[in-house]
Amino acid sequence: MFAFIARRLGLLIPTFFGVTLLTFALIRMIPGDPVEVMMGERRVDPEMHAQAMERLGLNKPLYAQYFDYIGKLAQGDLGESLRTRTSVWDEFTTLFPATLELSLAALLFAGTLGLIAGVIAALKRGSLFDHGVMGISLAGYSMPIFWWGLLLIMFFSVWLGWTPVSGRIDLLYDIPPVTGFMLIDTLLSDEEGAFVDALRHLILPAIVLGTIPLAVIARMTRSAMLEVLREDYVRTARAKGLSPARVVFVHGLRNALIPVLTVFGLQVGALLAGAVLTETIFSWPGIGKWLIESIGARDYPVVQNGILLIACLVILVNFVVDILYGLANPRIRHQR
Amino acid sequence: MTTQATLDPSLFYPSPLKEFWQAFAHNKGAVAGLAFMILLVICALFAPWIAPHDPSEQYREFLLTPPAWLEGGQLQFLLGTDEVGRDLLSRLIHGARLSLLIGLASVLMSLIPGILLGLVAGFFPRLLGPSIMRLMDIMLALPSLLLAVAIVAILGPGLINTIFAIAIVSLPSYVRLTRAAVMGELNRDYVTAARLAGASLPRLMFITVLPNCMAPLIVQATLSFSSAILDAAALGFLGLGVQPPTPEWGTMLASARDYIERAWWVVSLPGLTILLSVLAINLMGDGLRDALDPKLKNAQ
Amino acid sequence: MTFTLRASIVLSLALGCAAVQAKPLVVCTEAAPEGFDIVQYTTAVTADAASEALFDRLVRFNPGTTEIEPALAEHWDISPDGLSYTFYLRKGVKFHSTPWFTPSREMNADDVLWSIQRQHDPKPPWHAQSGRGFPYFEAMEFGKLIARIEKLDSHRVRFVLNQPQAPFLADMAMGFTSIYSAEYAEQLFKAGKQELLNSQPVGTGPFVLQRYAKDAQVRYTSHTDYWDGEPASEKLLFAITTDPNVRIQKLRSGACNIALYPRPFDIPALKADDKLKVLELDSLLTAYVALNARHKPLDDVRVRQAINLAFDKQAYLGAQFGAEGASPAIAPYPSTLLGYNSQLEGWPHDPQRARQLLAEAGHANGISLSIWTRPGGGPTNPNPSLGAQMLQADLAAVGIKTDIRVMEWGELIKRAKNGEHDLAFMGWAGDNGDPDNFLTPNLSCAAAQSGENQAGWCDTEFDQLITQARETTELQQRAALYRQALAIFHEQAPWIPQAHPKQFSAISRDVEGFTLSPMGSNNYAKVKRH
Repeated sequence: MFAFIARRLGLLIPTFFGVTLLTFALIRMIPGDPVEVMMGERRVDPEMHAQAMERLGLNKPLYAQYFDYIGKLAQGDLGESLRTRTSVWDEFTTLFPATLELSLAALLFAGTLGLIAGVIAALKRGSLFDHGVMGISLAGYSMPIFWWGLLLIMFFSVWLGWTPVSGRIDLLYDIPPVTGFMLIDTLLSDEEGAFVDALRHLILPAIVLGTIPLAVIARMTRSAMLEVLREDYVRTARAKGLSPARVVFVHGLRNALIPVLTVFGLQVGALLAGAVLTETIFSWPGIGKWLIESIGARDYPVVQNGILLIACLVILVNFVVDILYGLANPRIRHQR
Repeated sequence: MTTQATLDPSLFYPSPLKEFWQAFAHNKGAVAGLAFMILLVICALFAPWIAPHDPSEQYREFLLTPPAWLEGGQLQFLLGTDEVGRDLLSRLIHGARLSLLIGLASVLMSLIPGILLGLVAGFFPRLLGPSIMRLMDIMLALPSLLLAVAIVAILGPGLINTIFAIAIVSLPSYVRLTRAAVMGELNRDYVTAARLAGASLPRLMFITVLPNCMAPLIVQATLSFSSAILDAAALGFLGLGVQPPTPEWGTMLASARDYIERAWWVVSLPGLTILLSVLAINLMGDGLRDALDPKLKNAQ
Repeated sequence: MTFTLRASIVLSLALGCAAVQAKPLVVCTEAAPEGFDIVQYTTAVTADAASEALFDRLVRFNPGTTEIEPALAEHWDISPDGLSYTFYLRKGVKFHSTPWFTPSREMNADDVLWSIQRQHDPKPPWHAQSGRGFPYFEAMEFGKLIARIEKLDSHRVRFVLNQPQAPFLADMAMGFTSIYSAEYAEQLFKAGKQELLNSQPVGTGPFVLQRYAKDAQVRYTSHTDYWDGEPASEKLLFAITTDPNVRIQKLRSGACNIALYPRPFDIPALKADDKLKVLELDSLLTAYVALNARHKPLDDVRVRQAINLAFDKQAYLGAQFGAEGASPAIAPYPSTLLGYNSQLEGWPHDPQRARQLLAEAGHANGISLSIWTRPGGGPTNPNPSLGAQMLQADLAAVGIKTDIRVMEWGELIKRAKNGEHDLAFMGWAGDNGDPDNFLTPNLSCAAAQSGENQAGWCDTEFDQLITQARETTELQQRAALYRQALAIFHEQAPWIPQAHPKQFSAISRDVEGFTLSPMGSNNYAKVKRH
């Protein structure tokens, strides 16, 4: 087992350097440079432009810039945003909890609903409910979520007025950031009603972001459940006269969960991509919106290190899923 | 009747095509998807003849006309007009061309190199294979939409570049899939037999092994066909997609977003069209999977 | 039914809660301020949500106008040669007391010197502290303009200029001349924490920074010792809301009280809503299309005129800005500014004559050109792709084939500067209400040389007129020079002047005392809810 983990870890190192090189190269290949974007409609003369580039350390040859970057990275220095002059790490840590809170809420929504729907669909295979779940989940899987978000806002926020239009909390509540998770911070503060307000802000974006994972999880749970229900041990358990609920939840679901968990892991990357669109629609102050804006502003340090941090996260989650999967399934452990 | 009985008995065996169709037709959703797709393809092929108007013709006295069945609607603009008075139905019909083209082209552009790289990775497991797989890992570590945004930012927005960006982003899944399938086949007896018979490497790759790996690849291709349409629409929505006045669905949706409160149809209809087309393709993909590969039947 | 009922109870409870506290003023802005060391930044939102709230200048614009009135300087003398300005500073002006700084003295000449010298004098440490430089200071060429700044005594400061500059006082009302606390700077320097100047600001302005949650909100409390009277609202909050639709939706739901920059085509619906008020102002904006005169066939004045004739300005304004969102532009700057030539008449929409002119120029068989525009909308171009498509259709009607290229703003200006475009959608926002601020940066020969004049159009007569006008302080004389210059501009048609968009903001009925700034830097010191 140890050798397995070590081997997987070893593979991460070249991937990590590859990601640094790729992001470094990508952002610099984008035409236009940060100084021009900084000036906006006001334009710069070449002399000033050269000065500004020098100040930002962007006049050095590319390889020198790359080595500077890696050297700083080795010291744990992620540099500072060219746009706001604050450290990339600080910006990331203030914005990331917002994205994480949204993603977790989306996964919670997708996970519970998807599991329940998937299990029931599998148990009632071929029924109207089963067909309904499969049909709806396929539609969910095909959903252009930016459109879905606009539609839900129009319906629930503008027509019905049930949910707020955007943002994380009403500004009237003065919530000092402690953890960065609005739901927790509102509980820590003594503002009455703030928690409920934060929850109401979270619902729609979480549903929008959770739609595709919901579809995937429902389908996956159903098929995994069907597979498991055919297995001998389930038949044995049934034959032993265990209650149907016990059979389904203890013997069936537990084993069906393994492939579902993998899908969960794989959804992290997709979730972050979805977060970009969801955050744009709901003015949610998270990293998706931050990165898109930074690409637009040619904010090199933010794009490089922001994407690097996200990539590390994706790599890490996949690594953990890999290991868990390896633990659960010895056949995989010994494969190359 | 009697003459048939004397024919070669192998004819009683259903032809592979017929067998495939039977399996496919068993899935009613897949048939419905296919029907919608055929409609879409007809729209795309014959757009100039089917569409009631030129998609770029601006009827400036008819800005944001509602669909015909609503109050203030005009019969000549069945689904209403957009913010410069262009006929929405005609734009949607012409948009089918774009979306299908983007889907098809990006699938081909990632399928072919993906298969090649996957074959190479599978056949050379010592050095070349792992380095290719590391490269794919790196690409997979970046969120796909961000990668696509960065590529479009580099190349500049436009039809070809959108296709290119989507193709690059979906490349790793083909490489991984092909490699996994190839690795599975390589130990089979028939491959060993072909090897011993002295088959050349290209023959081994493309004629012996590849056809046996096609089923999951075809299923993946339909899936990525639909996700290519979604990705193109998402890029269009972020303002990085196909250039105006080309009627691409995502771009139409994005530029209409400002009018959502005044004219719901300019936002709803392109979105609905995207949803229905992607759904149709996914339904077809399900049917294909059932028909092509019973093993995959219950897998996601 | 029951659900709506319950929701409305929740809503009224929430509102009830809010009513118990003092009423805070919530402003929905279009973006996040980039930082609080405001001299480093140029965006309008930094001006609104940071410079105006936190700082004061020596002089200020009379709210809603471009007139100069005293602020931190009570009055000033200008020497007859126009080279030396002496400012007499107000006494008893207090800086903010914050958790990070307690001032020991009131504002004096040292603070003024520090604030300007920091940008002027390249000596470390504070000059280099801004990694971005001082974009406004540099773009206004203050480095070359100011010879020296002298402290005459604790409350008198003299600026000595290298050449006379008619708009100097107006420049001194702009955000980049904000007065910082020299004492606070010293404290930060001693502690080795210079970078905190950007996140923990100290100024003399009406509001004290309480907290900034990145990309979400900026919270201010009032500066009770403010020299111009205690601010009307105890709390000023900025809700960062990028999407204009969302700003309006939030305004309607009461989540904010002022929504800045609504889309012009939403205005009629907003005006119809009796819970809201719409403020409008003729702003200092010009939307135009630069015709690159360096490129054939645009070097031919007949082609440029033909393009102007082909353009259907009326339809364009209607679709882009709605019925009353903008006034058609004829000259580079709006008619409210000095030296506007009211005898000029805009090019009519006359495709026939356009074809004729093209034929005369030898292009009867048509030409093909590129149209450049940007992806995201802004005040001068609310929907760029719509605008470009309308221009394309107009030009197609007279036989000019065009190809639209959408590119990021940064890339667009860089490549337009290299002169790669044919037609480019551009916009200009005047900073100080002086005609020169429109003409020299965009249409002078020097700007054509550097590429900032995207038309690449250099007319020596025009250039001489505007240079002469810049150095003239006598108003009548200046105005006459500008009128001549504008006539040349019109005849030569280096641009399609499209529109002077009006500036709007929508506020809820209970907001009082808010005036829009034509310079796009709104001040909330006197605004309150009742």
